[in-house]
Amino acid sequence: MKKLLTVSILGVAMAAGTAQARDYDHVRIGVDVPYEPMEYRGADGELTGFDIDLGNALCAEIGVTCEWIEQEWDGIIPGLLARNYDAIMSSMSINEERRQTVLFSDSYITIPGAWFAPAGSEIEEISEETLTDKSIGVQRGTTFDSYVTDNYSGVASISRYSTADDMVLDLQAQRLDIVFLEFIVGQATLLDAHEDQFQVVGEMVSEPEEYFGEGFGIAFRQRDTALAERFNEALATLKEDGTYDEIYQRYFGDE
Amino acid sequence: MPDISLWFQELLAGNVIFTPTTLGYYWDGLVTTVQLVFLSLVAGLVLAVPLAIGRSSRHRWISLPIYLYTYVFRGTPLLIQLYIIYYGVVFFDGIQQTFLWPLLREAFYPALIAFTLNTAAYTTEIFRGAIKATPRGEIEAARAYGMSDALMMRRIILPSAFRRALPAYGNEVIFMLHASAIASVVTLMDLTGAARFVYARFYAPFEAFLFVAAIYLCLTFSILYFFRWLEKRLLAHLRPQG
Repeated sequence: MKKLLTVSILGVAMAAGTAQARDYDHVRIGVDVPYEPMEYRGADGELTGFDIDLGNALCAEIGVTCEWIEQEWDGIIPGLLARNYDAIMSSMSINEERRQTVLFSDSYITIPGAWFAPAGSEIEEISEETLTDKSIGVQRGTTFDSYVTDNYSGVASISRYSTADDMVLDLQAQRLDIVFLEFIVGQATLLDAHEDQFQVVGEMVSEPEEYFGEGFGIAFRQRDTALAERFNEALATLKEDGTYDEIYQRYFGDE
Repeated sequence: MPDISLWFQELLAGNVIFTPTTLGYYWDGLVTTVQLVFLSLVAGLVLAVPLAIGRSSRHRWISLPIYLYTYVFRGTPLLIQLYIIYYGVVFFDGIQQTFLWPLLREAFYPALIAFTLNTAAYTTEIFRGAIKATPRGEIEAARAYGMSDALMMRRIILPSAFRRALPAYGNEVIFMLHASAIASVVTLMDLTGAARFVYARFYAPFEAFLFVAAIYLCLTFSILYFFRWLEKRLLAHLRPQG
């Protein structure tokens, strides 16, 4: 009797499982918090950030309800495979190693690099002319270093630093005219820490791919190709109708 | 023989690291390192001679401040001194408006100042030891000739002290060359800075650092040979005749 019960419960669970795999109406998304401004808790304690807002918009577009489940980074892929949640949207870079275990959606963002200069700097846009004879600071060995070295080493002098902090110190000391680094890092160490002293110059840079990578993707279990496809379609729609841009500006806008 | 040249061609063809561009970085690094070490050694030597004389003085008000200076600069790591001089100066308000800023703005001059002060401290102590070790007989002979203190210092003590100090000073020169490897922490693209750049760019630590180690070895060999030659010439009178 007991055995029969177990089997039947298992059977029901499996039936439910396959039904869910075919057609989700509730998607649980794993996320590692905090990683500002991608995912963090706002002053009111609510989850917020670029990933959260975009994820909610995607779910709304698809017509499913979303639930965010917090998970430490170390266990975030095992948690997906163990069905603790159905997707990961947590600033996860798409790469070959992870492709072995998970299925990625299309890239939904590439974290841009940005140029930062002291407020009131004479450099108002980025080009070979405006950077001629300027000193540019970068973090040694980063993709940003390679990008600046390949594009501007002919006209400007490039100083390479081990840490962003040393670089900020020299930018404050006026040894550097401008620095190029990951926007998120620059925002935290320059814009937020020293209000009104620094500004972003020119456009953010996230291309070409050889420097800035494939970007972040939403991870699914390998067999959930249908779900991934629905997210890809929704992402394309949001990019078209301006919702994506609106969310992007909210977190990476100039203001 | 054809085997070797073929092997060499394949080695160069399959190599993405030692391109003309990266070799250019190494060359610029070599020039920077040699300039930095040479200039700081020359400046350090010029400072050290009067300081060593003062340090050997009988008057404590002359020797004590010099002792304090050498104690501080020999008692703290060069890396710390470099950090203090490079990052420390910017905390003086308005330093950017002074005539010093065009120099201090570059990484080269703070490094040069730190290295000069450091090597001057060590060289002072090397010379001071050599001056102290002047044989009494030489000094007594000079006095018997009626030499003044200044003349005796110039003609007797310093020339003989320089000779005695030579082997120890040769070591100091080599130490200085190797110590200059820390200049890259303040963004200076010296030899080590070039190696770190190539390493970070190609994720190739062995190639980048072995190559630069070989260059340092060559530099050290030339310094060793120069000092051996100098010792042979200047210390010839001390060698057994035969």
